[in-house]
Amino acid sequence: MKPVSVKNLSITLGAAQILPDVSFDVAAGECFGLVGESGSGKSTVLRCASMLWSIWDGEVRIGDQSVRDMDVMERCRTLQMVFQDPYGSLHPRQSVRTVLSEPLAIHGLDNRQDRMKAALSDVGLPSEFLDRFPHQMSGGQRQRVAIARALILEPDVLFLDEPTSALDVSVQAEILNLLARLRQEKGFTYIMVSHDLAVVDHMCERFAVMQSGRIVEVLDRDDIVANRAKEPYARELIGASLAYEQVV
Amino acid sequence: MEPILSVKNLGVRYGGSAEWAVRGVSFDLGRERLGIVGESGSGKSTVGRAILRLLPGAEVTADRMRFEELDLLDIPERRMLKVRGARMSMILQDPKFSLNPIERCGDQIAEAYRTHVRATKRKARAKTLEMLEAVQIREPERVYDLYPHEVSGGMGQRVMIAMMLMTDPDLVIADEPTSALDVTVRLEVLRILDGLVRERGIGLVMISHDLNLVRNFCDRVLIMYAGQVVEVLDARDLDQATHPYTQGLIAAQPRIGGDRGPLPVLQRRDSWVEGAA
Ligand SMILES: Nc1ncnc2c1ncn2[C@@H]1O[C@H](COP(=O)(O)OP(=O)(O)OP(=O)(O)O)[C@@H](O)[C@H]1O
Ligand SMILES: Nc1ncnc2c1ncn2[C@@H]1O[C@H](COP(=O)(O)OP(=O)(O)OP(=O)(O)O)[C@@H](O)[C@H]1O
Ligand SMILES: [Mg+2]
Ligand SMILES: [Mg+2]
Repeated sequence: MKPVSVKNLSITLGAAQILPDVSFDVAAGECFGLVGESGSGKSTVLRCASMLWSIWDGEVRIGDQSVRDMDVMERCRTLQMVFQDPYGSLHPRQSVRTVLSEPLAIHGLDNRQDRMKAALSDVGLPSEFLDRFPHQMSGGQRQRVAIARALILEPDVLFLDEPTSALDVSVQAEILNLLARLRQEKGFTYIMVSHDLAVVDHMCERFAVMQSGRIVEVLDRDDIVANRAKEPYARELIGASLAYEQVV
Repeated sequence: MEPILSVKNLGVRYGGSAEWAVRGVSFDLGRERLGIVGESGSGKSTVGRAILRLLPGAEVTADRMRFEELDLLDIPERRMLKVRGARMSMILQDPKFSLNPIERCGDQIAEAYRTHVRATKRKARAKTLEMLEAVQIREPERVYDLYPHEVSGGMGQRVMIAMMLMTDPDLVIADEPTSALDVTVRLEVLRILDGLVRERGIGLVMISHDLNLVRNFCDRVLIMYAGQVVEVLDARDLDQATHPYTQGLIAAQPRIGGDRGPLPVLQRRDSWVEGAA
């Protein structure tokens, strides 16, 4: 299990300063939520921390190592990202076998067949799915394959960018149950972006509320139901979520 | 009162497919907000696309499909071009996919407007900025000049909504219009759509898998499973649903202050599909 620490992360694109100065810490084995205004920079935090984008200032450490000091291979084996869109994140002409075997080949791992089967079974899919293509699977099955791809190199940390927002509630329930079980079994550390505070309450111990590139407040999951946020925007967001769910 | 839209016994079969993606769907829409919910692949978007006649190569059958005075089964495509995007519009599910990647967001909205409404470029630009502001885009001038890959998920969704509302349509079909938005912005956008129904008397079809959304923002809800409507409810009675499929969907939702245990997942039954095969 590895902790994640983000210190003074800042990035400017063109004339716009997208993140002025973001810092937060995630404990080893914790599920940490990122919520907040649309366009506030949640996906940008994950893109920077995973080195998908590399032109930023500050420091991101996983365990005792900076993500900048890791080579690509090491980084892939330390952290993986699951993207929001189960349709766009898989190549339409690649079979599940291709999707899963490529990272194994790149990293020169042996027992490929066994590892692929194990990754599929981890996400609750039979090994027959190795020969399927994206159009032969439902949205939820595709998202499970995307998670299997993230798992296959046995990383320590998973970044999840709205992993269920494109899915209906029944498939969402399957994926959330899966992510919760995997965290228990494998000791993953998660950072999870979501718009749904019910999902955050269900999955995360703590979460950060973002607005205009800044973290305005870090809260405990239990602060949601009683709306114990102190900062005005965080209060507004939680209040709106409670009204939306009609629990108040 | 005459319905704005009347659909009877709609069926859709995609080219090359043996199965009907949509079967026996009937509903009337007045000046109201009708929700369509159901799991992924149940046929929700297909119903929307059939109404806008956006299904080239698919077999579309119906006993009736009328929009105001127009018989949608019958009118030629050349007239449909004047109707689609003007008197009826559809806010599509995937904004990034629906926008032209090499044209600035604002220009796309302004140009779409000018294909239906006579206006100078300057006026179209002003109206676009106004609309971007109305959908709660913080810096409309900046966002006007961004390319689709430079906007966040939620901003792309609002760009699409702004584009569809520019021409004052009578019928709006919104396919997952707010799934990428945070709740405060989502409520704002829903209020805008709501205002259109109340003030201008438009008909709104809201396709969504968000049960809270349809409960709070629709008048009636169709619940679809495997291409068919399995239940129709007043939105406020959603929690009293009697169909096991609808009940299963409701139970699968995580809740604020819930017990955080594993969520119940749907056990699907073949008997939910009428006349299967
Ligand atoms: N390539 C780019 N060039 C310029 N600006 C960009 C680029 N990519 C993103 N941005 C800007 O960065 C800001 C943050 O975007 P980001 O995608 O991180 O938001 P987000 O919090 O994930 O929002 P959402 O919830 O809508 O997905 C937005 O204002 C967006 O316009
Ligand atoms: N172009 C197409 N060709 C063949 N089959 C299609 C096509 N588009 C959709 N389908 C199939 O038609 C069925 C209904 O799809 P539709 O997109 O209407 O579902 P939906 O209810 O909108 O799902 P979602 O919630 O995932 O958007 C699905 O089984 C889908 O695989
Ligand atoms: Mg995002
Ligand atoms: Mg759809």
